[in-house]
Amino acid sequence: MDYQFLWPPVIKALPKLLDAALLTMQVSVISMIFGLSIGLLLSFGRRSKYFIPRTLSSIWVEIARNTPVLFQIFFCYWGLGEFGIFLSSFVAVVTALSFNTAGYMAETFRGGFNAIPDTQLNAARSLGMSFFQTQRYIIVPQVLRVIYYPMTNQFIWVILMSSLGMLAGLRELTGETQYFNSRTFRTFEFFAATAVIYYIIAKLVMLGARLLGWRLFRGQS
Amino acid sequence: MNSAGSAFTNLSWVDLIFLGEAAIRTLQISIVSIFFGTVIGIILGWMLAAGNVFVRIAVSSILDVFRSVPLIIQLILFDSFVSIAGYPMPAFWSGTIVLSVYCAALVAMVARAGIEAVSPNLRRAARSLGMGYWQDLRYIVWPVGLRAVFPSWIGVALSVLKDSALVSAIGYLELMRASQILTTKTQESFKIMLLIGLFYFLMSYPISKAGEFVEKKWQS
Amino acid sequence: MIEVKQLHKKYGELHVLKGIDLSVKKGEVVCVIGASGSGKSTLLYCINGLETIQKGEVLIDGISVHDKNTDLNKLRQNVGMVFQQWNSFPHLTALENVALSPRVVKKMSKIEAQEIAKKQLIHVGLEDKLNVYPSALSGGQQQRLAIARALAMEPSYMLFDEVTSALDPELVGEVLDTLRLLAKDGMTMICVTHEMSFARDVADRVAYFHEGLMEEIGPPEQIFGDNPKSEKTKKFLANVK
Repeated sequence: MDYQFLWPPVIKALPKLLDAALLTMQVSVISMIFGLSIGLLLSFGRRSKYFIPRTLSSIWVEIARNTPVLFQIFFCYWGLGEFGIFLSSFVAVVTALSFNTAGYMAETFRGGFNAIPDTQLNAARSLGMSFFQTQRYIIVPQVLRVIYYPMTNQFIWVILMSSLGMLAGLRELTGETQYFNSRTFRTFEFFAATAVIYYIIAKLVMLGARLLGWRLFRGQS
Repeated sequence: MNSAGSAFTNLSWVDLIFLGEAAIRTLQISIVSIFFGTVIGIILGWMLAAGNVFVRIAVSSILDVFRSVPLIIQLILFDSFVSIAGYPMPAFWSGTIVLSVYCAALVAMVARAGIEAVSPNLRRAARSLGMGYWQDLRYIVWPVGLRAVFPSWIGVALSVLKDSALVSAIGYLELMRASQILTTKTQESFKIMLLIGLFYFLMSYPISKAGEFVEKKWQS
Repeated sequence: MIEVKQLHKKYGELHVLKGIDLSVKKGEVVCVIGASGSGKSTLLYCINGLETIQKGEVLIDGISVHDKNTDLNKLRQNVGMVFQQWNSFPHLTALENVALSPRVVKKMSKIEAQEIAKKQLIHVGLEDKLNVYPSALSGGQQQRLAIARALAMEPSYMLFDEVTSALDPELVGEVLDTLRLLAKDGMTMICVTHEMSFARDVADRVAYFHEGLMEEIGPPEQIFGDNPKSEKTKKFLANVK
């Protein structure tokens, strides 16, 4: 192997890469918030006794889970032009990742709600709590506990998938790496550095989630 | 003879055949990767479940890397590494290798869960009947564990099928890349998108439903 | 006063209650006995409005439980219920379990609600478990927690649905002692139970349910004495003794 590794360009670009990592986190956090909220609605929709919300929610969930994320991003970025909708890279990536996350979280929520026995509902109602009080104080806190770790995994997954933003022209961490790569042709060095940054982000998020989880659910089991 | 009906004004039969061939390549790379990934993943999963503490820590921290770095970066890194190492290979093979390893990392988790799903008492019972270690694995752990995690394996296989779309990034002409080429050529992005979305959906949805069906059947 | 009049309850084709009449006066303790599936637990669920009914009426202090205009949440504040499965809220400590409904339903201040919770937990003998999560409590302790939780709403009536059935035998005593204490305090109670000696000791009246009908009701001496009025009661008691 007569290739000479050259790291100074990477080190010089590091501040820019870390800035881009911030954009990655922004995209991921926003997508996660939308995905969680819509996913919760979809899980209610799928259990609805009415045909229309039930069907629409199911369609959303099945498309989100049965097509590639990359397809969903491309669709939001290029496919909507037919309707005169042209989304910026940022909006297209956030829309696609929110769409995808909502589909997966809907299933996670469904599992979470199924894990809470009906008897909890009876106990709360027998104490005079209204439907909303029961959901707010009894059901949702327990569901959040059940889905906490799947939710954490989903968040890390969103961070990793946001790298596909590169292919829709978004200068998040991977897109920025690609930009430097195209100017220096130091593909291996740049992407190796970026891989390390992603790894560190994933580990930090996991660690943070563990600590928070330990703090939130201490003593319960 | 160069128009596929009024719905696809700018799309010719040639274009559709181009897409069809790309779809076959998507299936090829997925099936090969799922096959190798599953075989390697089961071996790794067994090491995770049965190995000593050093083996377990070593294997799980290596696999963890593949689950903490975006697949697209793994693809680009491997592709550029083999070229600078002086062994450039066709995109199909670098794609297959990366997808297989990625698949193996996911299958290893599933396989470990499967082995751990078999109760120690059941295995003790098997050993008490005079079965050896490998007989216990073959006749007890494999069938019982398979039942427990087969639906999860389906999930992994389907995610490899969908993630194979990323191999387009290193230049392999599978469905996603073909769709981009055609979009540039025909400006029919919406229709092409609809077609390939439908293809993925029709591959993935029935298999995922079948997995759910099997899961329900085995649980009752 | 709780009045049940000609109550019918069906689950689809299954006719669970076939016309029950029962009235329970203030301060009275009524124990309901009978085989599984005789409808005795369903009666409690209907009294608390947790189940709809098909015919008849349930009145609590003159208010109809199944009337559409009745505010069930308000009504239930006056009727405490404890279940076979204790249903502790696993995400809350013992104190929070008890303090939650006074705080959110009765809109008490947090401090006020905790004072009441503490008082009730001491009452059922859990004074040293205030800040413990349910997972660290035994079944008997969780059931006493459930009783304290219901009492914290200061109800006029308490319904007990086989509260000792899911407990290990050695834990039954502590829960029954708590019920005895309540009865002595003058609480109006309906207890569905399989504990015959408890029914004999505590009840003012004992009702025997058989296949959705109240076969017999009377003072414990009548039911558990030598000559219950109904042959079916006699047969049932001969079997459980």
